[in-house]
Amino acid sequence: MKVKSLSAKIGDWVFVFICVIISIICVLPMINLAAKSLSETHFLIRHEVYLWPKGFNFEAYATVLSDAKYQRAFIWTTILTVICTLVSLTMTSLCAFPLIFPALKGRGAINIFITITMFFNAGTIPNYLLMSDLHLLENPLVLIIPSCLSIYNMIIMRSFFYGIPDSLRESAEIDGASFAQVFLKIYLPLSKPVYASLALFYAVGRWNGYGDALMYIKTEKQWFPLQLLLYNVLNNQNSVEVAAQEGFMQPGLKDSLKSAIVMFSTVPILMIYPWLQRYFIAGVTMGAVKE
Amino acid sequence: MAKREKGKYAAPKRKFDKVYFKRYWQLYAFLVLPLLYLLIFKYFPMQYIIVAFKEFKLNMSVWKMPWAYYKTGPVLQTDALKYFKTAFGNVDFRRALVNTVRLNLLDLIAGFPAPIIFALILNELRFKKFKKVVQTIAYMPHFLSWVIIASLCTQLLATEDGFVNAIIAACGGNKINFLGNPVNWIITYVGAGVWQSFGWGSIIYLASIAGINTELYEAASVDGAGRFKKMWHITLPGIKPTIVVLLIMNLGYIMGGGFERPYAMKNNLVTEVANVISTFVYKVGLQDLKISLTTAVGLFQSVVGLFFLLTANAISRKLGERGIW
Repeated sequence: MKVKSLSAKIGDWVFVFICVIISIICVLPMINLAAKSLSETHFLIRHEVYLWPKGFNFEAYATVLSDAKYQRAFIWTTILTVICTLVSLTMTSLCAFPLIFPALKGRGAINIFITITMFFNAGTIPNYLLMSDLHLLENPLVLIIPSCLSIYNMIIMRSFFYGIPDSLRESAEIDGASFAQVFLKIYLPLSKPVYASLALFYAVGRWNGYGDALMYIKTEKQWFPLQLLLYNVLNNQNSVEVAAQEGFMQPGLKDSLKSAIVMFSTVPILMIYPWLQRYFIAGVTMGAVKE
Repeated sequence: MAKREKGKYAAPKRKFDKVYFKRYWQLYAFLVLPLLYLLIFKYFPMQYIIVAFKEFKLNMSVWKMPWAYYKTGPVLQTDALKYFKTAFGNVDFRRALVNTVRLNLLDLIAGFPAPIIFALILNELRFKKFKKVVQTIAYMPHFLSWVIIASLCTQLLATEDGFVNAIIAACGGNKINFLGNPVNWIITYVGAGVWQSFGWGSIIYLASIAGINTELYEAASVDGAGRFKKMWHITLPGIKPTIVVLLIMNLGYIMGGGFERPYAMKNNLVTEVANVISTFVYKVGLQDLKISLTTAVGLFQSVVGLFFLLTANAISRKLGERGIW
């Protein structure tokens, strides 16, 4: 390694400085929110809380955590996310695995059949009418089935499968293994990175999604996922009704409470994603770079 | 001789199929569920598109609904395109159309270069641990839902007690109404998009940079090229194919539009610039129940979107790059 000139060293530190600024911009909103959630109301009313909590307390969290409505939504959304992730991964595998066999007859036609759905969407209303005809409106299954296969994710998985040497499966086939065995014994164990990555994508999608629930579930409020509940609470939809149902005295929520609710619904994902970084980077790269 | 052999094997073709299916039936069995899913949830809805040309009647098969008509006194005048005409005569729809294109274009202008610049900056970092921490932090916004990002915006950018306005006030500036003023709202919307996606978007460029031959940099160093010369003459040309493909693909989505982001971020003060096609369809279709009108709007969006996507793909392939299929 050559000795660096002074200007190159200064340059290095300039880039470090820029990155520090960028990082601050990324986390600042969350810090602001966390500070508000841990502060006492009267400091919030006087607009004194920005980055550090004043009148430090966990009251807002205690209120949120002891509220049956949030507990329910949290548990339901967790269950929903787990189910969706498992179902989606299964569907994605079922679709991706057969398509890597060049000898599969009709593969071209199947590929076209699949690709068309990436380009043309019937639209919001036709989808709604379909759900209505399938009796999926106001039904918790509507949060699982209609989004259980993403073709984009399927392509990522297929690319990964392509990367596994054919010789591995061919030797197993010669030994008389069925395709199901080839998949379970060879492809599945070797594909942990892509499964970790896609599991994260599907789980985050379900955890953060609220559009489908908003459109397809109106009266059966017990099936509202956390984000939809959050949307309604933050936007004070039927504030009096919400407040009454949730046992809050005044309509409209205290700032600290709002902040605590947002933190409460975000922290699970923020605790998981850093550990999967290696995998999701591989997943994203796979989807775009390789065929 | 070859011909004779061909004839010889033509006869037991059925037997061959049997062997084939005995061996491959499992793969077809795997495909049943996914293909059934696509058939039901992606292809079946297409039959309801015909509602765009008909008068929607509750509890009636779409095939039996009457074609769209105008009623003048006792006279019914059939016009299948009635709802397309109605849509384009509708001020709210025209506004939503303009807003969709405007927000998507601004997203592209601001949001497209951001991850490239960020990847170039990251590439200059010499401290690997620090680089990894910065990356992890920059990916964080991608994992937040739009409900939460919208809430962060209202808290952080509030005119009275928002952090940003507190800083502006402390520096002696005038407080800015970020969310209530249409122009400022657009800036906030686009800014939130950049904030959410620049880190995530950089992943692909970093992978592309990692694929550049390091010998090029060494040779350039020997020739005395500085940091920016290398960036300009090696890194950027190295990732140009990726940039071109992603740019074209993004242009293909110019008429597209998610629902969750605009719906979470809009507020009553800025509806004239914030209402896009997806939110228009939700409000007018699912809340006001103008089913035929919004199906027509959706069809219009899908067809124009398809046109843009296919064009983008064709261009991408012409340039020798890979399309998205």
